[in-house]
Amino acid sequence: MNAPLIRLQINGCTVEARAGTSVAAAIAQHSLIFRRSTTGQPRAAFCGMGVCFECRVAIDGIGQRRACMVPVREGMQVSCDD
Amino acid sequence: MTDRYDVLVVGAGPAGLAAAHAAASHGARVGLIDEQMTAGGQVWRQDVQHASPALARRSIGRTLDHPAIDWLAQTRVVTVEDGGLLVEDPRRARRLHYQTLVLATGARELLLPFPGWTLPGITGAGGLQALAKQGWPLAGRRVVIAGSGPLLLAAAATAKRHGAHVLGIYEQSSTENIQRFARSLWRWPAKAVQAMGLRAQLAGVPYRCGSVVRRAHGETELHAVDVDGPRGIEHIACDQLAVGYGLLANVELAQSLGCTLQLQGAHAYVDTDRYQRTSVDGIYAAGELCGIGGRDTARIEGAIAGHAAAGKTADADRLLQSRQHARHFADALNQCFALDPRVHALAQPDTLVCRCEDVSLSALDGYMDARSAKLATRCGMGACQGRICGSALAELGRFPRSGQRPPLFPARLSTLAGTNLSSINKP
Amino acid sequence: MKSHDLIIVGAGIVGAACADYASAEGLRVAIVEPGPIGGGATAAAMGHLVAMDDDPAELALAHYSLGLWEAFVDLPQAEYSRCGTLWIASNQADYARIPDKLARLAAAGVHAEQVDAEQLYRLEPALAAGLAGGMRVPGEAVVYPPGVAQYLIGQAMARGAQLYRQRAHQLNSGGVRLSDNTQLSGNVLIATGCALPQLLPQLPMRSRKGHLVITDRHPGLVHHQLLELGYADSAHGSDDSSVAFNVQPRPTGQILIGSSREYGSETADISMTMVRRMLARTLQFLPGLSELDAIRIWTGFRPVSVDGLPYLGRAPQHANVWVAAGHEGLGVTTSLGSARILIDQLLGRATAIDPRPYDPMRVAA
Ligand SMILES: Cc1cc2nc3c(=O)[nH]c(=O)nc-3n(C[C@H](O)[C@H](O)[C@H](O)COP(=O)(O)OP(=O)(O)OC[C@H]3O[C@@H](n4cnc5c(N)ncnc54)[C@H](O)[C@@H]3O)c2cc1C
Ligand SMILES: Cc1cc2nc3c(=O)[nH]c(=O)nc-3n(C[C@H](O)[C@H](O)[C@H](O)COP(=O)(O)OP(=O)(O)OC[C@H]3O[C@@H](n4cnc5c(N)ncnc54)[C@H](O)[C@@H]3O)c2cc1C
Ligand code: FES
Repeated sequence: MNAPLIRLQINGCTVEARAGTSVAAAIAQHSLIFRRSTTGQPRAAFCGMGVCFECRVAIDGIGQRRACMVPVREGMQVSCDD
Repeated sequence: MTDRYDVLVVGAGPAGLAAAHAAASHGARVGLIDEQMTAGGQVWRQDVQHASPALARRSIGRTLDHPAIDWLAQTRVVTVEDGGLLVEDPRRARRLHYQTLVLATGARELLLPFPGWTLPGITGAGGLQALAKQGWPLAGRRVVIAGSGPLLLAAAATAKRHGAHVLGIYEQSSTENIQRFARSLWRWPAKAVQAMGLRAQLAGVPYRCGSVVRRAHGETELHAVDVDGPRGIEHIACDQLAVGYGLLANVELAQSLGCTLQLQGAHAYVDTDRYQRTSVDGIYAAGELCGIGGRDTARIEGAIAGHAAAGKTADADRLLQSRQHARHFADALNQCFALDPRVHALAQPDTLVCRCEDVSLSALDGYMDARSAKLATRCGMGACQGRICGSALAELGRFPRSGQRPPLFPARLSTLAGTNLSSINKP
Repeated sequence: MKSHDLIIVGAGIVGAACADYASAEGLRVAIVEPGPIGGGATAAAMGHLVAMDDDPAELALAHYSLGLWEAFVDLPQAEYSRCGTLWIASNQADYARIPDKLARLAAAGVHAEQVDAEQLYRLEPALAAGLAGGMRVPGEAVVYPPGVAQYLIGQAMARGAQLYRQRAHQLNSGGVRLSDNTQLSGNVLIATGCALPQLLPQLPMRSRKGHLVITDRHPGLVHHQLLELGYADSAHGSDDSSVAFNVQPRPTGQILIGSSREYGSETADISMTMVRRMLARTLQFLPGLSELDAIRIWTGFRPVSVDGLPYLGRAPQHANVWVAAGHEGLGVTTSLGSARILIDQLLGRATAIDPRPYDPMRVAA
């Protein structure tokens, strides 16, 4: 299975991922911290299936998107807390 | 594409796929929607690195390629409206209408609090499997799998296939329970073969019963876990922990449609009759939604629901016996993996229960119901709306989960405002 | 039989404020509430502390109360956030009404200022283009109403007030009988909001339903509580249903969106039609919110008296029964002042503002 490589930006760094990869999986190649909780704790994807909302990041300027539910797209801008 | 279907199926896992295919085989115009990017549900989730099993490919292929079936990916139900469902995809909102509705919304994991469970590097067991298939990097990482149920084996196999170093599988159920269950497997030969296949894939991976993860250690990410088992407490250094305590049905949509629910332990499932009819006219339910039963039950129930929804109950009748067989297996499984009370005692007073709003267990002391607790502490007020903490608190025996309000899942304001509605009204 | 100086029925924000003040004044207080503290209209409210200028009596009560709210600025449970109110003029006609409003507010002691279009967009860059300007009331704030109600009841209980987790079933000559047949004797204060007629059928009360939508956390998008200047027309009109632009930045970074008003709907069900109207209006003013997710929608009922002013004082036809109810869409704001006026009268003291406009006897007359 050799899906084409997609390039996206995560906190300003370029990350490559196969088409079909989720944003959550792409982030994990870069760092394990997705967001800060309401009291400032580091958090990352947890349920992997869209129910826990721990993987929320900003995608293309819109905050609080579930990274595990969104496939990577060429040129996508992702920003995590920290 | 249209926005009116004879049969609308929500959920494209084994149950939904089977329902859509069965209904379409009788000439019904079928819509099949799922929140995920690809069909297959949780078990047949597409893997970006590995080919899917043959059965999954066949079931998905024949359904999505069927000319009478519209496949609507990344489409989620926002709320129930008069005579239809308001749905949104990444770009637009739509209203879908139906003659009959088949609910096949599946299950999520039961994720229970313990000290350290919020650290990055910890996921559900099914959660790790799902993330691995999405491309989550596991090569060379030391993974501990824990919790309960057959999903642990599947998660371990997936992790191994993705290059992880699986340190062990820690099952909370006792050795006696598991052995009793293993001895009864001969009654379900296909299952025995499947189990043997998994065992072969997991050669060299320790499988320890009567063991629970008591605590996870780390500052900003996971470094180690303490496992409490028959041999005492074991401190295991690891990079990733996958821990899940079984499954619970995603009943929220069924509940907002008014379908009667029943309790299985602390959690609800949808009540159905022999043809998978719910208590609401024209609404069917199949698969995990009707009680955790696994892939085979889901496929059979999906087909029954699809035939019945298309008005062909004779075809459904032929499947009733195999459903019974599959459900018996599920009952045996559920019994074998029933949760030991010590799992309920893992969370400490300062352990966070509500991960969206960072509410600790002790902050909930003195509240008798979910609503009072929510108003005073914000527990359950966050984005997941109690899907994680509410279910955990119900399992822990604190109080039942508070009811659902629209939207079923967070939904765009433009969708709710109706300012981004696409209406396709082709007959 | 248990005897108290004052039995307060209902622990919404109004009953809670009365319990706090009465106990602080040394009364032996009982509180009767079967549900969660602050679980009625109080749990549904936006918690905007605001003075509206179109009715002098309402303005006086709001202004008096806003002064009392200053004591809550540092209370964590109140989640007090002084975001200020920004009233928005969509067109020149609305803009031209601002000087009159400023004068009325100033006469009551409320400081406000006119902002032109340029200042408006500096204050709130997310607003849609083409608006005429607005009026800013910098001292106003938002709070978390159920948190305040719980705090006030806690204060009263710390002073010895007793909480009865029962429904008040019936008034009688000695006091009130609870649903478990407990008899409490003493003066009774009814603060049951929309449920007032169940105990005092002679005082008319209607329920006016409202919907609210809350988003996930998006700090920094909206800075003030934003309302359209036409809001008062919606709030005080008697239409069967109306919506107005009314958006609040919660201290959490969430955006809380109102407002709808509806008579005739008695169940808590969410009407997608009302939600649609309300949000369509919101997006006209704040188009940039359209891609944000709503996480929950809920409804609540505003208790509406015959003339829109609360009933504060002795109940008609009862010697020892008092009432504090009917605050419509301003009861969070006016709860603190209402409690003072009521308890001061009960104690036979002079009140800080003229209590006559709120006298329940106006209904009997
Ligand atoms: C300032 C403020 C901020 C808030 N912020 C949030 C927030 O961020 N997140 C959040 O979730 N809530 C928030 N709330 C809302 C609050 O927690 C309650 O949701 C609110 O009291 C409205 O109640 P409710 O009717 O939704 O149900 P609840 O207070 O939850 O209680 C009523 C119960 O009945 C259920 N129910 C379902 N359908 C119906 C129906 N048709 N009729 C009646 N009941 C039904 C409800 O789900 C619930 O279980 C906030 C409230 C305030 C005042
Ligand atoms: C959508 C919405 C938005 C609002 N926004 C704002 C705002 O931004 N600012 C503002 O100032 N106001 C606002 N309000 C208005 C405000 O919420 C109400 O005016 C205020 O909460 C009324 O308080 P209360 O204590 O009179 O009533 P409630 O909070 O309803 O309390 C009455 C209590 O009495 C109890 N009760 C009833 N019957 C009995 C009985 N027989 N025995 C014992 N107990 C009983 C109930 O359980 C309840 O707890 C809003 C209201 C709504 C609906
Ligand atoms: S990991 Fe749980 S929602 Fe994405």
